Amino acid sequence: MLSVETFPTLQEAAGAVGPRAKFLGGGTLVMRAVSYGDQSFEKIVRAKTVDRAIGSHAAGLRVGAGATMADVLAARDLEFLHPVARAIGGPAIRNMATVGGNLFAPNPYGDFAAALLALDASVEMADGRTMPLADLLATRDHVTGLVAGVVFQRPESSAFRFRKISRVKPKGVPVISIAVHLKRGDPRVVFGNMAPVPARSVGAERALANGSDGAAIDAACAACLEGLAPEDDALATEWYRREVAPIHLRRLLEDGGQI
Amino acid sequence: MAKTPVTFTLNDAETALFVDPGANLNEVLRRGAGDLTTKHGCGQGTCGACTVLIDGVPHLSCLTLAETVERRRIDTAGGLAGGPNLHALQTAFMEGFAAQCGFCTAGMLMAAKGLLDANPNPTRDEVAEAISGNLCRCTGYEPIIDAILTAAARMQGRAV
Repeated sequence: MLSVETFPTLQEAAGAVGPRAKFLGGGTLVMRAVSYGDQSFEKIVRAKTVDRAIGSHAAGLRVGAGATMADVLAARDLEFLHPVARAIGGPAIRNMATVGGNLFAPNPYGDFAAALLALDASVEMADGRTMPLADLLATRDHVTGLVAGVVFQRPESSAFRFRKISRVKPKGVPVISIAVHLKRGDPRVVFGNMAPVPARSVGAERALANGSDGAAIDAACAACLEGLAPEDDALATEWYRREVAPIHLRRLLEDGGQI
Repeated sequence: MAKTPVTFTLNDAETALFVDPGANLNEVLRRGAGDLTTKHGCGQGTCGACTVLIDGVPHLSCLTLAETVERRRIDTAGGLAGGPNLHALQTAFMEGFAAQCGFCTAGMLMAAKGLLDANPNPTRDEVAEAISGNLCRCTGYEPIIDAILTAAARMQGRAV
């Protein structure tokens, strides 16, 4: 039998989550699981106060884990992330789905997590710990505690690009998604749905380390699958994903961000 | 397991119910409050048939934990008409054949109301975006978009 436990603060709620207790953010993941009779948990944990603040931080920008995709779209400071937030669901979903929840969204979801990984985001936990988002993603199935917020630096103008590839227009879950942050000397290329969690393409990053001219783009596309392990699902086979990933990476690098 | 008391405003009516732990708002509206205008479609946030307004903002009732709406305002398609007088959106949907099987209609109406309340003069693209989370397998969407634009014009006193 399912139970719901409500705490005044996120910090208090963090002590109650565990293998059989899931935290309720916007509800788009947990309530869906409830509707489908998921028996892997027996308790829903929620906090009455959620951190939806978006603003400046010593390290750049901070977004509270409880900020929704609609909050992101309303934040001028996050204009570079608007194409990502806008690509997630319809308006009702965007009014509910949170940034913190997206970090735990299983494939084929998790576009925002891919974008944050490309921005080298760090995660603030409710107990005060901080960790790189990459570390959280690597351990997210058994991470302890709750995410309080994410912190990242604002990218230079036009250096950040995002592309979501879906078969249903204008809205559909992604076959793959790609987020690129073209930092000179240290670029980031992140694929969603090309591994169990959003993952960096080390081959593409190596190829783009010295610029993104035509030869570098050719090399990045040729090497972009290095280290990635796409899987079959109802949307596409792993073979299809391997075939189309370099094509869409090229379009993103040559044409800029488009959905 | 003990039920949880929840009070909220449903279409101007103060409503108090006891809800099961983990119950979603869609179940509570339909079975508890008896408002059958809100449909249950996919149950996973894909179809939009269960769209309601919570404090004026579109939400999917199937993904909303019922006890989170404590002291909030819920608007459903059941509250659109004022007695015998249909809402402008309902009239435009009816006249423009924007409803065929009708299963998506309640969600479409509420998504549209959420849009027009915030943006009384939307463009065609803005209307399409507003209903982009609502699936319709009958109409091809064009009559729905036309109906929403017609309703918007009438509500603003503009010629259609």
